[in-house]
Amino acid sequence: MATAAQVQAPPLKAYPVIPILARGAMADSKPYVASDKMNEALGFPGKLVENWQAKAIDKMGELLGKYRSLPVFLDSCVHCGACTDKCHYFLGTGDPKNMPVARQDLFRKVYRRYFTWSGKLFPKLVGAEDLTESVLDDWYRYFNQCSECRRCSVYCPYGIDTAEITMAAKEVMDSIGVGQKYSNEIIGKVHKIGNNLGLPGPALKNTLETMEEEVKDETGLDVRFPVDEKGAEVLVVVPSADFFAEPHVYSLIGYAKVFHAAGIRWTLSSHASEAGNFGLFIGSYDQMKSIAMRVREAALELGVKRIVVGECGHAWRVAYSFWNTLIGPFDFLDARYPAPQHICELTYDLIRRGALHFDREKNDHRVVTFHDSCNVARGAGMGGIPGGQFILPREVIRAACNHFHDMAPDTIHEHTFCCGGGGGLLTDELLELRVKGALPRMEALQQVVDAHGVNFMATICAICKAQFSKVLPYYKFDMGLVGGVHQLVGDAIRLGRND
Amino acid sequence: MSALTVVYAALFYAATAILVVGVALKIAQYARIPVPLKIPTTPAPMTRGGVVWRMLREVTLFESLYRANKWIWLFGWLFHVALAVVLARHLRYFMDPVWGLIEIAQPFGVHAGFAMLAGLAGLWARRFLVERIRYISTVSDHLMLALLVAIAVSGLAMKFVVRTDIVAVKAFMLGLMVFDWQPLPADPVLLVHLALVAALMAIFPASKLLHAPGVFFSPTRNQVDDSRERRHVTAWAGK
Repeated sequence: MATAAQVQAPPLKAYPVIPILARGAMADSKPYVASDKMNEALGFPGKLVENWQAKAIDKMGELLGKYRSLPVFLDSCVHCGACTDKCHYFLGTGDPKNMPVARQDLFRKVYRRYFTWSGKLFPKLVGAEDLTESVLDDWYRYFNQCSECRRCSVYCPYGIDTAEITMAAKEVMDSIGVGQKYSNEIIGKVHKIGNNLGLPGPALKNTLETMEEEVKDETGLDVRFPVDEKGAEVLVVVPSADFFAEPHVYSLIGYAKVFHAAGIRWTLSSHASEAGNFGLFIGSYDQMKSIAMRVREAALELGVKRIVVGECGHAWRVAYSFWNTLIGPFDFLDARYPAPQHICELTYDLIRRGALHFDREKNDHRVVTFHDSCNVARGAGMGGIPGGQFILPREVIRAACNHFHDMAPDTIHEHTFCCGGGGGLLTDELLELRVKGALPRMEALQQVVDAHGVNFMATICAICKAQFSKVLPYYKFDMGLVGGVHQLVGDAIRLGRND
Repeated sequence: MSALTVVYAALFYAATAILVVGVALKIAQYARIPVPLKIPTTPAPMTRGGVVWRMLREVTLFESLYRANKWIWLFGWLFHVALAVVLARHLRYFMDPVWGLIEIAQPFGVHAGFAMLAGLAGLWARRFLVERIRYISTVSDHLMLALLVAIAVSGLAMKFVVRTDIVAVKAFMLGLMVFDWQPLPADPVLLVHLALVAALMAIFPASKLLHAPGVFFSPTRNQVDDSRERRHVTAWAGK
């Protein structure tokens, strides 16, 4: 495995080029395996179980009966090749097993062998294969090289979503004791402490008090960062990186200023101090549900009337698409805001109603572009309008900035490229994969840097922010080039009197 | 009645049974399994009508494929549309009198036969010429194309090279439908053509041809984007 110093970014090309296949190029890339304790804490076997083949096939059969997407997607692929040049990890590494169809086929060949008569009778003919140790190794390597970004699904003529296959494969692996350390450790922390970073309640309160002091020094105003305040109108659930990581924290300051300027009473919760939900990444419905349940519990406990989610991409997919199923119905919320909202929806709504005012020239040193985060772009909506998840963040940016330029059309909106660190891959041992997987986004970014002098890439995802901060320097960009939409809002919003 | 007629009658009954029962079972399986969560892919319609419109565009224009790759779209769409016209042309063997619309389709059907071959040739060429697609192609992918090409070539051969007694073929087919078996002409090309078609019908429910019913069941394409407005509850999720 390459160390951080050895990782080399591929050269940026003026025009995207589909790579020549580099077989086995990423065969050495795999994340650390979860320890016994981490697996057992989530109810998975500690390590590889004895009769793992039979157990894995049983689990596959169970999932095939629980998720319609699986048999439909596994049966329907015709190997047309439409997806082969759509994955950022393939474009960055050239490893053919990172082509979405090839990744799916790692799972499909086992499905064919054990669950279809053509695969039972003529395995060679239809590409069916026994679940051997080497197949399991390939699963662990290459299903941990999929960020579940769903870009391939946009282009597939049958809508086959590799993320569904990856999640199923991860669920099968967890069920036989082959868990991935990064994701499973984080899920353990959420259950134990309440957030992915393992920040306990008292530390959270300290951090927020410090933040209040800093904002007071900057503005001279008492902008509050309340936590666990009963009677607040709005519960805000943010990715825990917003509490102290840079540039995330500037967005949290931005949210606080929005609430301050609008005069809305809000609160964070120490019980639900995490918007992120890694249950999605490991494909576990039960984990996803129990993590999400903390939000419902906190909302009821605090008696809030609205729930708002901060800048976190996959959290918004879970909140927008799944919460109603997982932890709904939300009949306890204000009838005017009957469903959880995104912070961009809240801010956009206030802007349209004239409740917020900006000194946009305060962002004049910035030339801004916007990176659509995959889970927001392809798995969620905003504002109740088609494409709202693209329109609202850009409108909020335009309200706060004078200089905005979009990247190339085939790299934004639903065509957007993953940052390279989503899906539970934001871990140091996968750095080579992360750097190379960022290539398509870096190429698009380079174009607007050259054409318009862009020096700020705004995004609404904590993983995107952390990933870009890490990989931008490999492409000779400043790591401070990435930041949040509400960072821009926070820097330009007019506080105090609005006249 | 000749042994040949009996064999082919039996062949078509068996192939039809496998096709109909096999696909019905698959559809029943898909329909039975729940879709626990809302997973439509952007651009996802917000109404049921919008989904119908999206699906219609998907299965008639291959919209997603068009956005993905113009070459695959060109060859794939050409093949499928041509196949539809060819199938329409063939309906005349199963009806008497022939419907007006099918009558009109007759001359186009011949052109469509060549268009179908051109589409297949393009799709097959990609399996050899494009490295990525060569990598993902299995033996069965090539055999499927070979089968379709052989069906098209044998069909066109009967039109342009060795003509067969189509009046007798029609009598045979009409007879099959009412269990009143009529003699089948013993022309080799016809026999090859029919055997290959029967083979295609028989492997349909056990092959990637399941993409035809599959696309209608694809949750990323057939779900309405209304997860916040309507609580999505299925057999085991959301209870």
